[in-house]
Amino acid sequence: MAMIEIRHLNKAYSNKPVLTDLSLAIDSGRIVGLLGPNGCGKSTLLKMMAGLISDYQGEILINGHQPGMETKALVSYLPEKTYLSGWMRPMDTFDLFADFYPDFDRRRAEDMLGRFRLEAGQPIKTMSKGMQEKLQLILVMSRQAKVYLLDEPMGGVDPATRSAILDLVLKNYQEDAVMILATHLIQDVERIFDRAILLGFNELVMDDEIDNIRQKYGKSVDEVFREVFKCSVSL
Amino acid sequence: MPIEFDANMPIYLQLIARIRQSVVSGEMPPGSKLPSVRDLAIEYGVNPNTVQRALSELERDGLLYTERTAGRYITPDTGQIGKLREALSAQHIERFIGQMRALGYQKTQLIRILTEKWSDLDGHD
Repeated sequence: MAMIEIRHLNKAYSNKPVLTDLSLAIDSGRIVGLLGPNGCGKSTLLKMMAGLISDYQGEILINGHQPGMETKALVSYLPEKTYLSGWMRPMDTFDLFADFYPDFDRRRAEDMLGRFRLEAGQPIKTMSKGMQEKLQLILVMSRQAKVYLLDEPMGGVDPATRSAILDLVLKNYQEDAVMILATHLIQDVERIFDRAILLGFNELVMDDEIDNIRQKYGKSVDEVFREVFKCSVSL
Repeated sequence: MPIEFDANMPIYLQLIARIRQSVVSGEMPPGSKLPSVRDLAIEYGVNPNTVQRALSELERDGLLYTERTAGRYITPDTGQIGKLREALSAQHIERFIGQMRALGYQKTQLIRILTEKWSDLDGHD
């Protein structure tokens, strides 16, 4: 059985459907790009897998369980918006995570903090957007989870930092884990995916291995993405 | 440091080309041990499954082999590496000749400027 099973999933916000009859299976050891234009339901899907949204039809199973108490321990979720308080310093956030999650590896977090040249004692409110994003990613990646759900983890960072973050993801990624990275910035990122799931509006546009997509179309997933959605917008 | 990839080609094919190049140039010597899939993935900045796919293909070609528990090695067969070197150089030369022909060069002209350029470059080394 796949680590993540999604069957006939339907979700609407006040009668406006966002996801319609979506079915997917994702095995362990995969880094998956969840791609799609704004508003196609990427964040919604991650929130449902993280157990933060539960009013939907259909089935989501994580390691055989519905999202809830049992899966919270398995899932490390990076939300799109920060939930950390501005007064906190990285060392406080480490205390928080150590309290909440038995699988939090503080030494790993401290090591990454040093690599990104962040100060353990600097309050979050004085950090740039990019620094905050790095800190959040460090927290999420320092858990020994089975499923990592990252919602736009690199929206506010420069290309060099984006590269460093991708390397960090590759270095800290566990081989038996699933990582799903939702983003609309595909370029530069697609090299770390082995599979891309392209969500359109209420449809699964494409679900294939990155190299198969490149082979089939003779172009990058980024370009395929642009073409697919250019068409859907002009229609 | 991740390598630069052509965005329009499957990454595993580019990895295969890269590793072949390293073997032919001697950067990865015959019979030497290959880093783990994970380390290669980090070095090249790509997905581990993509590295796995490239290595499997190279293994099928016989350029790499796996020792049951010890890991992956480059073939010690220098004859095979020599053949690969010839095959790769043939590809480059064919492409080069094709492009020069497209520019209107004749064989004798081509040999002359190639010889000149060669000694120019050598002089700078």
